[in-house]
Amino acid sequence: MIQAERQVDIRPPQGHIEVEDFALSYETIEGSVEAVSNTRIHVQPGEFVSIVGPSGCGKSTLLNAVAGFLKPTSGTVTVDGEAVNGPSAQRGMVFQQYSLFPWKTVRENVEFGLKMRGMPRAQRERAARTLLGLAGLEAFEKHYPERLSGGMKQRVGIVRALATGPKVLLLDEPFGALDAQTRVIMQQILTNLWQRLKISVLFVTHDIDEAIFLSDRVYCMTARPGSIKAEIPIPLERPRQQSMMMSSEFLALKRGLMSLIREESLKAMGGEITDLGMQGLNIDLHGHSLAEIL
Amino acid sequence: MTTTVVAEAEPSPALTPAPKRSLGTLAARWYRLNKESLRAVAIGAISLFAFLVVWHLLTTYRVVFFVRFTNVPAPLEVYASFTKAIHDPKFLLHIVLSCRRILIGFSLAAVVGVPLGLVMGRFKLIHEIIFPVAEVLRPIPAIAWVPMAIMLWPTNEQSIVFITFLGSFFPILVNTLHGMSLVDPVLVRAAQCLGARESSIFREVYFPASLPHIFTGLTVGMGVAWVSLIAAEMISGQYGIGYFTWEAYSLVQYADIALGMIAIGVLGLGSSLLIRGAGQLVMPWRMK
Repeated sequence: MIQAERQVDIRPPQGHIEVEDFALSYETIEGSVEAVSNTRIHVQPGEFVSIVGPSGCGKSTLLNAVAGFLKPTSGTVTVDGEAVNGPSAQRGMVFQQYSLFPWKTVRENVEFGLKMRGMPRAQRERAARTLLGLAGLEAFEKHYPERLSGGMKQRVGIVRALATGPKVLLLDEPFGALDAQTRVIMQQILTNLWQRLKISVLFVTHDIDEAIFLSDRVYCMTARPGSIKAEIPIPLERPRQQSMMMSSEFLALKRGLMSLIREESLKAMGGEITDLGMQGLNIDLHGHSLAEIL
Repeated sequence: MTTTVVAEAEPSPALTPAPKRSLGTLAARWYRLNKESLRAVAIGAISLFAFLVVWHLLTTYRVVFFVRFTNVPAPLEVYASFTKAIHDPKFLLHIVLSCRRILIGFSLAAVVGVPLGLVMGRFKLIHEIIFPVAEVLRPIPAIAWVPMAIMLWPTNEQSIVFITFLGSFFPILVNTLHGMSLVDPVLVRAAQCLGARESSIFREVYFPASLPHIFTGLTVGMGVAWVSLIAAEMISGQYGIGYFTWEAYSLVQYADIALGMIAIGVLGLGSSLLIRGAGQLVMPWRMK
């Protein structure tokens, strides 16, 4: 273990993300639609920060802008004072749909970033094996991704993003497609990796438990156009244990975040949900089935 | 020691070692596992045999029922002419020449069609320039090109190869293009944020992602190549298995007509099997 740790690139604390006066809008035939407006967030070096919000609030848009896939309409995105200008290996990204290369074996997937950097084959094979060991995947290095379970795929996805020694790790609902049990294990693995590598993490999720359990700080976004509604520090001690999710401190944080998000979710669904609609199940059908009435 | 990073490796069926068994139980196991495919092979063999029997009966009794089997050669006659033909260097030359035409025409189509499709799929301007021309030429059957091909090329041989090329070119181009349009943009993003630049993305993402469709194109292209070749040979050839079949009709060698047809079928089947095998070699990740 200790040997493995030494081989993984550990650098002085870096990865200070700053997003200032950020806005992003799309052009459509009816005019421009604002996805994110007037947003300001920051991630300190080595900090774990989550963004939660109702679906469609633009949290992924924000993350994609930090990754360099989208350009802000106004405002700036910087990492360590340098403006983000297109995707780069300095900002590793983990996607919800794993996005492993199906034609590459597990090890070749992990090696990819190092290969792009021009590292000689033998050296990058060794690095990839070390990283796979950290995620408990050495036995699967020669497998193609198709044969792995969802949890294993995402472990490969995380390790692949870490292989190039990025300053920050961006995760876009990485565990959204996993079952609840696997998700908890994956959260544990991610926090462990994060504590070892001392890397800054920006994590997008709609799962409130996940956000609280993992983060130092949580940003809660408003409904579209998204902006920051609240910033909630998570004072829970580290390392976090699963049992903490039952503590009164955790539950209080959860209750607070839930009511914030519920408010925004209702807003996001707009006119669809009225008080009457929420009570729809109580409508008296006078003994008829719904099909008969319709 | 605090919490470890290493998670329990989930069990994979592929990794459990098979327990040792005696030869008898192994054979029984193998039989049980392959029962379905064995059944398919057995039924296939019976069905082929039945086909031969029906053919034999229809021709020996010279059945006339809408279609006339009066002059159709019986299976045994065809077999007799087959045994004669395999010792005849001229028949072998017909086959070798047809195969050479396919090889040249099809290879050219693949060498031009695949890269062109890849480049068209990647660069919008090239797509906008070439696609309309391709769409206008594509519906013209290769056979319709025969007179034009004879005018264009100085020798008959070249015009036949050209027809074969045309037949396979469009399926290969269209399928490659289709494969390029289906490349998952998230994979491209993943490559980008691992530091891949344009040329690497092309080589490491677009090309392998399109390979399954490229091979679909090659398989379809090979089929059309044979169709076009046989037609071209029947019209303008002096050699080749298509010419052999047509010549047999002119010379009232009825058994040779069926022999030519069967030879064409076997050659077509063989070449598409070759492509399928190549596909499995090139795309090991798609092996079941």
